[in-house]
Amino acid sequence: MNEANKLHEQSEYKMKLKFIEEKIAKGLMVIASLAVFAFVVNIIYTIFRRGFPALNWAMISQIPAGGYYNGGGGGILNAIVGSLYIVLGSTVLGLLISIPVVFYLNVYLKKDSKLAYVARLAFDVLFGIPSIVYGAFAFTIMIYLGMHTSLGGGILVITLLIIPIFIRSMDEVAQQLPKDLLDSTYALGATKLETITVVLRQIAPGIATASLLSVGRAIGDAAGVMFTAGFTDSIPTSLSQPAATLPLSVFFQLSSPNADVQDRAYSAALILIFIVLVISILGRLITNIFSKYKI
Amino acid sequence: MKSFSYQNPTRASWAEDYSFLNNDLESAKDKESRKSYLKVSDLNIHINKAHILKNVNLEIPDKKITCIIGPSGCGKSTLLKTFNRLIDDVEGIKYDGSIWVDGLNIFDPKTEITEIRKKMGLLSQRPCPLPMSIYDNIAFGCKMHGERNRKKLNQIVEAQLKAVGLWEEVKNRLNAPASKLSIGQQQRLCLARGLAVEPEFILADEATSALDPISSKHIEELFVELKQDYAIILVTHTLRQALRIADHVIFMYLGEVIEAGPADEIFNNPKQELTRKYLEGAFS
Repeated sequence: MNEANKLHEQSEYKMKLKFIEEKIAKGLMVIASLAVFAFVVNIIYTIFRRGFPALNWAMISQIPAGGYYNGGGGGILNAIVGSLYIVLGSTVLGLLISIPVVFYLNVYLKKDSKLAYVARLAFDVLFGIPSIVYGAFAFTIMIYLGMHTSLGGGILVITLLIIPIFIRSMDEVAQQLPKDLLDSTYALGATKLETITVVLRQIAPGIATASLLSVGRAIGDAAGVMFTAGFTDSIPTSLSQPAATLPLSVFFQLSSPNADVQDRAYSAALILIFIVLVISILGRLITNIFSKYKI
Repeated sequence: MKSFSYQNPTRASWAEDYSFLNNDLESAKDKESRKSYLKVSDLNIHINKAHILKNVNLEIPDKKITCIIGPSGCGKSTLLKTFNRLIDDVEGIKYDGSIWVDGLNIFDPKTEITEIRKKMGLLSQRPCPLPMSIYDNIAFGCKMHGERNRKKLNQIVEAQLKAVGLWEEVKNRLNAPASKLSIGQQQRLCLARGLAVEPEFILADEATSALDPISSKHIEELFVELKQDYAIILVTHTLRQALRIADHVIFMYLGEVIEAGPADEIFNNPKQELTRKYLEGAFS
């Protein structure tokens, strides 16, 4: 009897320990999540506090008037439009280049192919290269081609920057492609190329996620476009004209000693965040539509 | 440009109702003379030094259900996948010997692999619908082989869904994702999808093992109906299933064909000791 009691006590004690363990682990997770959340809220609050009062319609509807960076009138429409052009151009270009790469890696190459291994390693390395290096690299190419700083150059360098993001995040999804799915497509008499419809539909959510990540990186990049897209007060009307971008606009206004102009930098940042938010929500909606058919 | 013309209505019993599908087609006599024929001779398959199939010699009769039975790992599925050369993707595969389908050697470099696969509808263990709507799942193959006429596609989709008894269940939601169907319905959809590209053979790799008893009975009944028009090759783990529906049985053991013949003969009067033991349940 006594023995049984002792055993019972022991197991109860163990249960209690497990219970405490669980509590501590959960507590740590909550703290970590709250810390991240607090950072984000703090950043947004700071931007709002300084940027919102300075925000007005002229900011988003006009290009900078003379002396804008010394407190003169006007807005940053040039940077908004420039950023959107660059993001749109580079995302489309990036998709066109990276989808064939992902398709080749996952459908044509065998699972343990050396080429695929090396390619994935290379994309991982490219992923980590800072954008200023891409900027410098693209700049040398542009000099070689005799190009000036231009919208085209900006799109080029941002495309280079986001291709590794595109490929690696799509590839992660594509590697999960069920073997059965490819087999049943082949069994219908499809060539490898003809399976692309099936593959694209299956990895559609991955493509959407990859695009969102890339857009976030593309719109927020300052160093890459500094050398290549340049900066201007007007809206570019062709690929060969220089283009302004929002991050650079923030940078130039922040460097001003004038507090009013600094506040405008925060408004520009606010606009940037808002654009990212809108694109993200749109992206999620589109993802939902496309992942409807996923197996 | 590949040509695609719709040749045979799925079930003989429906030939009247769906005769409209056959308007622009070869005569019925041609169809009669078209005989599905599959013959394996001296097939050896090695995967990285492992000898998977040893000296396989077989003939698969047309318009019958052929069951390939045998314990796990005896090469049943490998043999089935060799028929439509899905095995090509396996790392380190080497084959010699030949498989004749309608007088063509499928290992001949001149034989177009997609043509061979088109002749063989595949039904895998777990249903694997394409990531598309129910309608597109069936139309996909026909579109791929060059059929663009919307009206004709509609007819094919309807005929094939009826052939597998799915039409009544899904006719109001043809645009719904195929993944929303139940697993048994998905398997029937996969069968219809295979039938839509007009195969001569149906290869089924334990096609009922993932299904519930009712769905699996449904599939079995479909096989029995479909054998009027197709040669059905069924790999199965369940002896009782083979007993129920097989017309022709192939017993394999460790990569070799031990015995092959009409179902009655094999089940009632096996010639080989090994076959008898397997049927008695001495090993499985």
